[in-house]
Amino acid sequence: MMNNSFAQPMWQNGPAPGQFYNFIGGGYNNGAPAQLPRELTTCGPYGTKHSTAAITTGSSVLGIKFDGGVLVAADTLVSYGSLARYQNIDRVFKINDKILIGGSGDFADIQSIMRNIEQKMIEDQCCNDGVVMKPKAMATWMTRVLYNRRSRMNPLYIDVVVGGIDEGGAPYLGSVDLRGRAYDDYVVATGFARHLALPLVRERKPKDRDFTFEEATNLIREAMKVLYYRDTRSMPRYTVGICTAANCSIKGPFKVEENWTFAETVKGY
Amino acid sequence: MGPDYDFTDTPVSTGTTIMAVEFDGGVVIGADSRTSSGAYVANRVTDKLTQISDKIYCCRSGSAADTQAIADIVAYSLNYHRNQTNKEPLVWEAASEFRNYCYNYRDSLLAGIIVAGWDEERGGQVYSVPLGGMLTHEACTIGGSGSSFIYGFVREHYREGMPKEECVDFVKKAVQHAIFHDGSSGGVVRIGIITKDGIERRLFYNTESGLPTIVGSQSFVN
Amino acid sequence: MSTIGTGYDLSASQFSPDGRVFQIDYASKAVEKSGTVIGIRGMNCVVLAVEKIITDQLYEPDAASRIFTIEQNIGMAIAGLMADGNYIADIARQEAANFRGQFQRTIPLKNLCDRVSAYIHAYTLYSAVRPFGLSVIFASWSETEGPQLYKIEPSGTSFGYYACASGKAKQQAKTEMEKFKFADMTTDELVRSGGKIIYQVHDELKDKDFRYEMGIVGKETNGIHLINPESWTQLAVEAGEAAKNADDSENEI
Repeated sequence: MMNNSFAQPMWQNGPAPGQFYNFIGGGYNNGAPAQLPRELTTCGPYGTKHSTAAITTGSSVLGIKFDGGVLVAADTLVSYGSLARYQNIDRVFKINDKILIGGSGDFADIQSIMRNIEQKMIEDQCCNDGVVMKPKAMATWMTRVLYNRRSRMNPLYIDVVVGGIDEGGAPYLGSVDLRGRAYDDYVVATGFARHLALPLVRERKPKDRDFTFEEATNLIREAMKVLYYRDTRSMPRYTVGICTAANCSIKGPFKVEENWTFAETVKGY
Repeated sequence: MGPDYDFTDTPVSTGTTIMAVEFDGGVVIGADSRTSSGAYVANRVTDKLTQISDKIYCCRSGSAADTQAIADIVAYSLNYHRNQTNKEPLVWEAASEFRNYCYNYRDSLLAGIIVAGWDEERGGQVYSVPLGGMLTHEACTIGGSGSSFIYGFVREHYREGMPKEECVDFVKKAVQHAIFHDGSSGGVVRIGIITKDGIERRLFYNTESGLPTIVGSQSFVN
Repeated sequence: MSTIGTGYDLSASQFSPDGRVFQIDYASKAVEKSGTVIGIRGMNCVVLAVEKIITDQLYEPDAASRIFTIEQNIGMAIAGLMADGNYIADIARQEAANFRGQFQRTIPLKNLCDRVSAYIHAYTLYSAVRPFGLSVIFASWSETEGPQLYKIEPSGTSFGYYACASGKAKQQAKTEMEKFKFADMTTDELVRSGGKIIYQVHDELKDKDFRYEMGIVGKETNGIHLINPESWTQLAVEAGEAAKNADDSENEI
C-alpha cells in the first residue's frame, strides 16, 4: 500500500527468460533504464558501489526464553570503529505488546528497519481488524526483507533477535541475520554472545523443562558480565526487554556487576 | 611530486573539529575554520556553521562539496515546508531530513553532520548524524577528525546544565585543543549561540588580537 | 436552454452564469443524503460520532463503517459516498506516511487537512473528473497540539472547528451542539454528548434502524485513535437512548 523502499517487487530489474542477469547499476535492462529507487542505484562506471562494511555498530544481543515469556538483552553502546562513540542508546525495541526486537550490526540500518516497522504497525492499525502482529510473523517478514536486500547485492548489515508472545500465547524467540537466515530456539544470540553466552546458557538448560523467569534473569546477568569482560566492543550497561502474556516492556539500564579484585593476586605477566 | 603534495586531484574535505552543546534556552555550536585538500589548506577562514533556517544550523564535517550540497537541499526543503505550513521547522525535522540524505546516499557521500538549533516545542537541541547515516540526540556532541583528540577533555569538563557563557567557554577551549593537536583542524574558532532570538556569532583567534604583532617591515640583517 | 443555469451542470470545469460549479452542488447533495456525522472537541479528547443508517438487515453489523484510522492519533469520519470515502482515507494515509518518511513524526492535523483539501479541490477543476461526494471530518490529539478537529467540504474548502456536523441532520445537530460547552468537557462527558446528539437528531420516521459508531482519540486513549471501543461506545449509546426517551416523553402532551 505504501511506498516501502524495502519491499519491492521480487523480480524487478531481473532478466527476461533466456537472458542473463543484469546487475543493478549497470544502468540498462533491455534498453530501458533500471527502475529502482535512487538510494539503491548509485551508478558508477563499473556498476553500483554499495557499502561493504558497517560504520556505527552495536555488538551482541542475547535472548532467552523462559516458561512464561522471553528476555532480550543488549548493552547500550553503539561503536564507531573501535571508538565507544554513543554510550547511551537502547538497542532493544518494543514493537507492540507481543514483540521485542534486539538489534546488532550497523545501527543506521537498524534504525532504518525500525522506521519501516513503525510505518507497518500504523498500516496494521489502520486496518482496524483487531489483528496484532506476532513475533513469528515479524521474524518471517524480516527474513523476506533481509533476503531481498542481499539478493540485490545490497544487504542490510544487521543481525536481529526477535522475541515475544506468539499465536496461542506461547513464547517465541528467533534470530534473523543479514542474509535472511533464520532459526528459533530457547536461546538465541548475535555477535560475541554467540560464542560466549550461548554455551553458558545451554550448559544450564534442564532437559525436562523450560527455564524459570528467575533462572533466565540470572543467566542474562551472568552473560552480560562475561560479554563485558571479553568483548572489546561492549560496555557495562545494558537494557533488558521482557515480554510475557501480561506485559511487554524494556527495563533498565542496568549496571554489570564487575569484579576486578583478583587482579591483586596476579604478578608477572 | 610526492603524494603528500599532490593536492590538485585530492578531494577538498573539511578535516574538521565541530561541536555543539545544549544549555537551558538554546545551544552553543562551534567549529574551526580549516578546509584542506590533502595536506594543503584550501581555505583558512571557512565557515562550517551553516544556516538551515532562522534558528537551525548545522556543523559540517567530511567532504566540503557533499555537506554543502546536503545543507543547501535541506535548507531549501525546510524553507518550502515553512512557507506551506506557516510554522518554523523543528530541529528534529531538520535532523530527520539530514539523516534521510546521509542514510540513503551513504555509499556516495562523505558527510558527518551535527544539527543544532532552537524550536518552540523542545527548546535547544543537538542531534548527531555520523557517517553511516544514523541519527541520535545528544546534549553535547563533537565531530570531525579533530574531535578524536578531545574526547577526554569533553568527558572531563562537560557538565549538564551549564549556563550559556560557560558553554561558550567550554566549546571554545575544546575546539582550541583540537586545533592544537589535529593537523586537519586550524585557523580560528567560530562559535554560534542559538536561542529563541536567533543566532549570535562570535569569533576567537588563536593569537592575541588576530593581527600581526610585528608592525612594519622586519629587517633580517642586524 | 430555457432556464438560467441549464446546461452548465455537466462538467466540473465550467461555471454557470451566476458563478456556480453545479457539479460541486450535486456532490453536496450526496453528502446531505448521508447519515449524520459529527465531530466534537473536548478538553483532552476528540470524538467522532456517526449515525450509520442500516439500509438492509442482511449486512453484517460492522459493514460500511464510516470511521477510519489514518495515523496512530488521527481519525477520519465521512458523510457521503462510501466508496469515495475509502479512497480518500487511503490518500490521507499516504500523505501521513509521506510526512513520516520525511520527518519521522506524525503529521500535524492542520497539515494533513490542507493536503487532503488540496487533493479534493483538484477534483473540482477538470471536466474529466467528478468531485468527491464527501464531507470529511478529521480528528486528532497529541501532547503538543492538544485536541484538533477539521472538516473538508466537497468543494475542497476546510476549516478548524470546536464542533462540526455533516449529513442529513446537519442543521439540527448544529443547533443541538450550540447548547453544549464541549471545550470544558472530560472524555466521558464528551462521549456521552456524542451519543446524545446522534440519537436526538436521528429521524425514526424517515429512516429505519441505525447503528451508533464512534471514533475517539485523546489523552485517555494514550493518543491512539480507537474505533468503537467497547466501554465508551456503550457509554455513548446509553446516554443516547436515555436522551431519546426523554425527548419522546416531552412530546407526549
